[in-house]
Amino acid sequence: MATFVDRYPDEAKVVQASFAVAFIALGIGALFGVIQALHRTDILRIIDSVDYYTLLTAHGVLLALVFTIFFLVGLFTWAIARSFERPMPDIRLTWAWFGLMTTGSVFAAVAILAGLFPDIPMSADVLYTFYAPLQAHPIFYIGLAMFIIGTWMAGADWFLAYRGWRSENPDDRIPLQAFMVLTTMIMWFVSTIGVAVSVVFFLIPWSLGLVETVNPLLTRTLFWYFGHPVVYFWLMPAYLLWYTVLPKLAGGRLFSDPLARVVFVLFVLLSTPVGIHHQYLDPGIAEGFKFIAMTNTMFLLLPSLLTAFTVVASVEHGARQRGGEGYLRWLGALPWRDPAFTGMALAGLMFAAGGFSGMINAGMNINYLIHNTLWVPGHFHMTVGTAVALTMMAGTYWLLPQLTGKTVFSRPIGLLQVVLWFVGMVFMSNAMHRGGLLGIPRRTAEPQYQQFDFATAVGSIGEIQAQIALGGVLLFLSVVLFLFNVAATWAQDRVDTPVDDRIPEPLSPPSGAPLVLDNLALWTVIAIVLVVLAYTLPLASIITDAGLLGKSPAFPVSVSVQPVVDAAISAFASVSPVTSAEVQPIEGVVDRLAEVIR
Amino acid sequence: MEIHKYEKIWLAGALLLIVGFIATVSYGAVGAGIEMVNDEGGQVDPASLEEHPKFGEPGTYQTGENEYDVYVIAQQFSFQPGTQQPIRVPAHSTVTFHVTSADVIHGFEVVGTNANTMAIPGQVATITVEVDEPTEYGLLCNEYCGSAHHAMEGRLEVVPQSEWNESMAVN
Repeated sequence: MATFVDRYPDEAKVVQASFAVAFIALGIGALFGVIQALHRTDILRIIDSVDYYTLLTAHGVLLALVFTIFFLVGLFTWAIARSFERPMPDIRLTWAWFGLMTTGSVFAAVAILAGLFPDIPMSADVLYTFYAPLQAHPIFYIGLAMFIIGTWMAGADWFLAYRGWRSENPDDRIPLQAFMVLTTMIMWFVSTIGVAVSVVFFLIPWSLGLVETVNPLLTRTLFWYFGHPVVYFWLMPAYLLWYTVLPKLAGGRLFSDPLARVVFVLFVLLSTPVGIHHQYLDPGIAEGFKFIAMTNTMFLLLPSLLTAFTVVASVEHGARQRGGEGYLRWLGALPWRDPAFTGMALAGLMFAAGGFSGMINAGMNINYLIHNTLWVPGHFHMTVGTAVALTMMAGTYWLLPQLTGKTVFSRPIGLLQVVLWFVGMVFMSNAMHRGGLLGIPRRTAEPQYQQFDFATAVGSIGEIQAQIALGGVLLFLSVVLFLFNVAATWAQDRVDTPVDDRIPEPLSPPSGAPLVLDNLALWTVIAIVLVVLAYTLPLASIITDAGLLGKSPAFPVSVSVQPVVDAAISAFASVSPVTSAEVQPIEGVVDRLAEVIR
Repeated sequence: MEIHKYEKIWLAGALLLIVGFIATVSYGAVGAGIEMVNDEGGQVDPASLEEHPKFGEPGTYQTGENEYDVYVIAQQFSFQPGTQQPIRVPAHSTVTFHVTSADVIHGFEVVGTNANTMAIPGQVATITVEVDEPTEYGLLCNEYCGSAHHAMEGRLEVVPQSEWNESMAVN
């Protein structure tokens, strides 16, 4: 029986190439992740703390942007070709965006990793958020811009496919998977405008020295205009798999096609006008704008809560088709030996927990307690780090056979791998949440201080750190097993029927969905109006306050930290302590700064 | 559009949860009076903070009976005051921190409390807190600010009112 690779061999090559880039990024990013987990918990320090920030930048960019988005473009190309039942309009365009995205990623990665080599005068230790006025090498920003433009071309490619399909099927409903791709891309086009303006108009000219200053609050706000929708860009491929593949793997079919469409439309409308919730503690933004972002954010819970219902109901339906009975006993009838099913089910379970910690983040006033603490990476390692990443890995066990015509090398290794990820993340993210409540900061190489200790009510700092380190090691082992399994699958011989790739029709068919749901132009216009309402006044006020180009000169992330450290040490040394009791901590700080030089 | 009965119940529950969350946050803002960091701090020129009437000499200023303003400059990789000398405020007082940055974006976190804000160059963040019993708190920078970010820390001392004297204030 023919599968995807037989029907669309050219498209299968692009999807395989996209997955290959994604998995290389996953491997490097995970290696850096475990080094950081061991470093910041002071269990094993094989790098200097200065290099911690290089690895952290690479970890964020390679995993949050390269891994997730390359998987997305591969998955979406697969979904468009199979659900429109036609090849891409022009495969050269498809390869062009793949090439541009890959080149951009390599540029950014080179700029970041050069930071590990003191002899190369290039550094981009600005982390994944690249807040100005910390300044990276121009190649970093140029690479990011190429990457984003590549994703736009990919979106254009899929819309061209839609146009071709529509001209031959004027009266049909948009197939569900294609509907999910197109709505996700509308959200992406609307939201990436912010980061594109920030990078192309402000940060690239500034890093090249063409303009001297930036307005840090403006570039930061433009980043978060993009920085929240990007989390839904990560999540939508997972949703696509949960809605259209997971019910099939469970042995059933999707509960409701119309409600799936409603959910994706809600994401188009609400994903962008919420970015200011990342800036609850920023000066220069009035409280009213923060309140609006907060209410929008809370309503954004709705599509995810609806998804929880639909996905669980679909899985339960599958279990009952397999003979499951009772209120909860049907859980035992699910195909728990299938790594694709188990991985996605565990990912969904952890997303529920991550959703609850996200509700705390969204709560404007309680956010004071956890803002920029370890709680926050604890949260997003459950969401993007598990709901998304684990679903993508699990989905690979079902997708790769269709793309290659080869069976998965080892399902038991796959099962061990997805379970290991879940267990590792339970340890790591739970401990990170707890550490955050104590005030332990995120993004910090050595969160051990000379002048104070963190106080714990339950457990101890050492125990929290041990859990983080243990979790990090398990997660890394999981990635090693995954990459081994994928590579071994690629090395297999082709077989006739590598996987059952059929997706059954939903219980409630698309015919029940109001036609207006498929009116993509309407939703685009409403999304833009909501964005204009949410952002015009805050942006106008930020620009009026400090000017379009602001007053902040560049603070390049130093290739050599020597001058910075010298300056800091001399500042400390010049202090004449008021009391002898203060000598100790200050000397301690000087010692630690001196260590940084090494 | 056909919606299953259970799904309608779930939908109603979800909306109730959302409205409940918004209500509790609103109560926190209005009832409990937890204000967000906002735009009231105004702007400063990060390159000439020394000419600013308060940031030129940062520290604790008395503004009323039991009311104090504390001006803090965050810079790579120290708080001024906070790192070299502790910030000192008297016990049982209302303290408003005015925090800005002289260079890049920093964080200002009083460890173990909800006194937490971003320090953005050009902007002044203000947060008002109530301090009670005499104690000591740690301060740390919770936004990556460069290669020695992890060394950026300090102390906040809440001094007994009997020991508080004019020399601890800047004015």
